[in-house]
Amino acid sequence: MHEQGLNFLFPNDFHIMWSLMIALYPYITGLVAGAFIVSSLYHVFGRSELKPVARLSMVASLSFLLVATMPLLAHLGHPERALNIMLTPHFTSAMSAFGMIYGLYLILVLVEIWLIYRVEIIELAARSRGFKRWFFASLALGVYDTSPAAREVDRKAVVVLAGLGIPAACILHGYVGFMFGSVKANAFWSTPLMPIIFLFSAVTSGVAMILILYEILCKTGGRRIDGACVQSLAQWLWLFATVTVTLEVLEIVSLSYEQNEEWLIVGPLIFDKIAFSFIGIQMIFGSLIPFVLLAIVVLMRRYLTDPMRHVIAFVAACILLIQVFSMRWNVVIGGQIFSKSGVGFRESYVPELFGREGIAMALLIFILPFVIMGIFNRFLPLAPNRPEEPGGEDPA
Amino acid sequence: MTSKKNEHSCSRREFLSLAAKGAGAVAVVLFSGDLALVSASSAVKGADLAIGGYDPTRHRYIYLVDIDKCIGCGACVRACSHENQVPKHFFRTWVERYEISRSGEVAIDSPDGALEGFEPRATGEDIGKAFFVPKLCNHCSNTPCVQLCPVGASFTSPDGVVLVDQERCIGCSYCVQACPYGSRFIHPETHTASKCTLCYHRLTRGMTTACVQNCPTGARKIGDALALGDEVAEILATRDVRVLKPELHTQPNCNYLGLSKEVR
Repeated sequence: MHEQGLNFLFPNDFHIMWSLMIALYPYITGLVAGAFIVSSLYHVFGRSELKPVARLSMVASLSFLLVATMPLLAHLGHPERALNIMLTPHFTSAMSAFGMIYGLYLILVLVEIWLIYRVEIIELAARSRGFKRWFFASLALGVYDTSPAAREVDRKAVVVLAGLGIPAACILHGYVGFMFGSVKANAFWSTPLMPIIFLFSAVTSGVAMILILYEILCKTGGRRIDGACVQSLAQWLWLFATVTVTLEVLEIVSLSYEQNEEWLIVGPLIFDKIAFSFIGIQMIFGSLIPFVLLAIVVLMRRYLTDPMRHVIAFVAACILLIQVFSMRWNVVIGGQIFSKSGVGFRESYVPELFGREGIAMALLIFILPFVIMGIFNRFLPLAPNRPEEPGGEDPA
Repeated sequence: MTSKKNEHSCSRREFLSLAAKGAGAVAVVLFSGDLALVSASSAVKGADLAIGGYDPTRHRYIYLVDIDKCIGCGACVRACSHENQVPKHFFRTWVERYEISRSGEVAIDSPDGALEGFEPRATGEDIGKAFFVPKLCNHCSNTPCVQLCPVGASFTSPDGVVLVDQERCIGCSYCVQACPYGSRFIHPETHTASKCTLCYHRLTRGMTTACVQNCPTGARKIGDALALGDEVAEILATRDVRVLKPELHTQPNCNYLGLSKEVR
């Protein structure tokens, strides 16, 4: 058995090529997919207790989707050539599918939101004057039929779109995971489990984000937080977070148990180089604490008062958002900390504060979806206020 | 009035006809661009790359490194750096030094890619074997860098050389991540992927690569599998020749004579 010190890097491997932006990109697309799944739980699977967040989750999904490309643009060496991915895709590349998947998903989300808000748009157009009237009339796209029959068509269309949206959301985020999982040059990324881990962590982050947004919107809007809705979100969150963490641990356990050559570098990576962000943040703080908190909400529901449930679920959701981001960070940055020589580590990566791929830019991009949601809310309410609107009815 | 109306309707028809032609032309331009790219990414037709009578379909380059002959002088790295204007601290080729003690400890280094060769090391260990390993792009036949380039900027020319179209590359670094050999990097000035081109500008003019030409011991050789009696092709056919990371099935066209199992 030859011993090898972990101090040799291929000379080109001193540079980290994928930065904070590439960690942010799957984080945002994960929120897109996860938020959509929440809305589909209501529209397709009839979880009527999620009605208070059905609209919010659709609009949140759209808002994150609209900024999903920004981290990529900030990262590309030639952002002015970015559209080439869509105009002249190279079909053997997983990345070339981005244009099609993103485009189709955007259309699907836009149409579904339009159908959900259609009746309300028409009524707002009728009630308003001047610019507002013109604006809402334009949004109605020339269709002013609000008869019960038309609403029923809307409702059925929403169910179909939400149903189609589930595989679309899974493909959108499964594809992001595949982009990492299919890189056979990287011992830490190359596993068929990667798309599945990304997918489940996406749903976890989406449910967590919706729970947080819902509670904040209720508090700031002076509305009562629906206990059944938070309870349901917490239950789903517990389920998805448990599956996510199980898969994440399974991946590492498999690598460790197989004792392949990969483990010689991945072992020191997770137990030394990224021990703080992986074991500390992702596993203990990010996984264990929310698991216990959500277990309290789920298993001890009859002993909890509403405010207690809301606070515990809120804290757990916040921690899970950090967990999912740390998972993205550990995959993207952790996967580049070691050289492809398999026997050497780079210096740890610390993102710059300012600059195109810096922390300030990442924060700016991450804040944008909330600004978009705020603007949307000024025109069309995120909260359900009409029981008879198509998105507000329980599917048959 | 009628004639005016007719004129008007006629001009509208003409306008619509023109608009349709215009839209068609735009579609053709976009579509042909797409087709051109697809063809470039899979296999560039001979005519596309023909330079001064050079026909890439009549060559199939193979590279050979004889590890026993390499003395680690770094002349190849300097020649490549100068010939290809390689930016500082990035490498299209480099040389690694392996020192393996009798007790099995492996020490590897490549100070600045061996641009200035190697200083002797006084490890105090009982060295069992030591050797130098020149590295470069392996110009793999089943290369992941070409497979996953999202815009087809990375492509394999018919003569087997893996190249990057600098006008197409969007600088996403996906190919850098995908290369198992660490032979790609993002050029700090052009912000596009850069790598060994086997000195394609020289090969197409009938010259050899800068690294091969400047190797004082003949440790580096380039051959042509389609040429009769080619020395490298003969060695590949008759000697124990290995490639780096064969388990990844990238089918490298860079081959090694005397490759030790410790080499990464």
